[in-house]
Amino acid sequence: MNRIDKCFADLKAQGKKAVITFITAGDPDMATTEKTALEMFDKGADIIELGVPFSDPIAEGVTIQKSSLRSLQGGTTLDKIFDCVVNIRRQTDKPLILMMYLNTIFVYGTDKFFAACAEKGVDGVIVPDMPYEEREEILPVAEKYGIHNINLVSPASGERIKTIAGDSAGFLYCVSTNGVTGVRSEYKTDFDEFFRLIGESAKCPYCVGFGISSPEQAKKMSAYCDGVIVGSAIVRIMEAEGVNAPEKVGAFVASLKEAVN
Amino acid sequence: MNTKGRYGEFGGQYVPETVMNAVNELEAAYNKYKDDPDFEHDLEVMYRDYANRPSPLYFAKRATEKIGGAKIYIKREDLNHTGAHKINNVLGQLLLAKRMGKKRIIAETGAGQHGVATATVCALMGLECCVYMGAEDTKRQSLNVYRMELLGAKVVAVESGTATLKDAINEAMRDWCTNIDTTFYCIGSVMGPHPYPEMVRDFQKIIGKEIRLQIMEKEGRLPDAVVACVGGGSNAMGAFYDFIPDKSVRLIGAEAAGRGIDTAETAATLSKGSLGIFHGMKSIFLQDNYGQIAPVYSISAGLDYPGIGPEHANLWKTGRGEYVPVTDEEAVQAFEFLSAAEGIIPAIESAHAMSAAMKLAKTMSKDQIIVVNLSGRGDKDVYSIARYRGVEVKN
Repeated sequence: MNRIDKCFADLKAQGKKAVITFITAGDPDMATTEKTALEMFDKGADIIELGVPFSDPIAEGVTIQKSSLRSLQGGTTLDKIFDCVVNIRRQTDKPLILMMYLNTIFVYGTDKFFAACAEKGVDGVIVPDMPYEEREEILPVAEKYGIHNINLVSPASGERIKTIAGDSAGFLYCVSTNGVTGVRSEYKTDFDEFFRLIGESAKCPYCVGFGISSPEQAKKMSAYCDGVIVGSAIVRIMEAEGVNAPEKVGAFVASLKEAVN
Repeated sequence: MNTKGRYGEFGGQYVPETVMNAVNELEAAYNKYKDDPDFEHDLEVMYRDYANRPSPLYFAKRATEKIGGAKIYIKREDLNHTGAHKINNVLGQLLLAKRMGKKRIIAETGAGQHGVATATVCALMGLECCVYMGAEDTKRQSLNVYRMELLGAKVVAVESGTATLKDAINEAMRDWCTNIDTTFYCIGSVMGPHPYPEMVRDFQKIIGKEIRLQIMEKEGRLPDAVVACVGGGSNAMGAFYDFIPDKSVRLIGAEAAGRGIDTAETAATLSKGSLGIFHGMKSIFLQDNYGQIAPVYSISAGLDYPGIGPEHANLWKTGRGEYVPVTDEEAVQAFEFLSAAEGIIPAIESAHAMSAAMKLAKTMSKDQIIVVNLSGRGDKDVYSIARYRGVEVKN
């Protein structure tokens, strides 16, 4: 069983919501990524997304753009991230997801990439620049290796929600608001309507991300779905604290976990 | 595989979910209006009365004699309103945007020519305009920044990444994701997700159609070669498209080699690139072994893009199109040559095409014909050419 599916099955049995956290792999360095990931799991993160830095992250706001740049300047490569995954995997059985741009998979070699995911212990991928229509680019290969391709829907998806929500694996990533990643103070989205459409069609758990930066927001948003995804708010701590970040990130994750359950 | 907007294996629609409905809406609107007589009529009137079409096809007699080979004809896209071919596409897209009820227009620009064209047509049509431009390019092309502001556009200097054209596109994509309900993204080249490569080519193919009529009138036969510069590739696609079925006509694209294709300071995508997926399309890109998009360099802000439109990638792959690298130095020499020989100061982008044509002409006989698409005028480049030559020009 894929670790993501097991995770949600366990949460459901306990009546709990998922806390999914994001950090950019290699920001500020790989050792800190490993340490931070383990600390987040220890403090209650259910699933961790490792961002694979890309030179041109069109779906990211400034916080993750800068984080990606720091990581790339530090010499991060996909192979080094796989090494980091192996290290994390030795110490935990919790789900790991790579959030990355399609070109990174494509140029690495789609088969080689998903084979490595299976071997090293990656459970799913989120590819923000691959829409549902182009999923064949990776889906058959991802399925061959048992890796989930996690679909995204956004408020702009409209009628597309039916198709996409009905056909995700692992969970469905619900983008809270049209735009790029980053901390937001308020939303324009009509969440009741958005999650009603999703709830009608989703055949797997669905979680919300983009803009969630505080335990209060996490609590409010988790009421609509099966979990919350927090990225930029954590990356900001990484930016401020660097190699000393794991402890503060851990405390923040603990506060998120407490808020949603 | 999604078969929409494919040119062989190239093309597609690789964009975030948030913009997919907008892309589909645009495709539907384009398909609805592209053969609509009212739309065609409006576009024809704008081409003629506002943009100054048809642009002349000029026999460059002195240049031909000096080079000593094939006859060189110059397609004068530089004489269009706003000084480049970019206006053809912008008029088409913004007439479409108006019919779609969009009120806010965003665009990316490299040299500033597409930005100026977009700002111009937004002023004409009463649309809000925001242009993203790499911070490096705003310095290289500060006159065009001021020009866009005069026209009422907001110009955003993009500091991220390499602060050039690709980063301007990234930022425009981010804006589009954020303001998807109100905003029309007017892409300036034959790139991006379907339907842009097709739509932009269709709005530019008037160039090739006119060349055909004009050369038949002047010479009674088709040219042996059509030469154009290629960044994303819109002026080249516009010049080539009508001639694709005519196998006797060689289609030659001049890529910006920067300081040379054996250096890292180049933008010659087809000479040095590999297959990838970026900016909404599968195409050829300059990138490293991990798919990180490479920083590119050219003296020309309009050509330093790390990719190429998917239809060009297919012309290249199938051998129908030939693509040659032209260095900064060669382009500057062609810039100076054409200025002195014909009294035509070409855009530094177009000077790349001129350079390729000069090399080619020498290998051809005097009864053969080359058409060079002179995509833009060079007023904007005079200062940077002076700097390149070490000449101090004071305001």
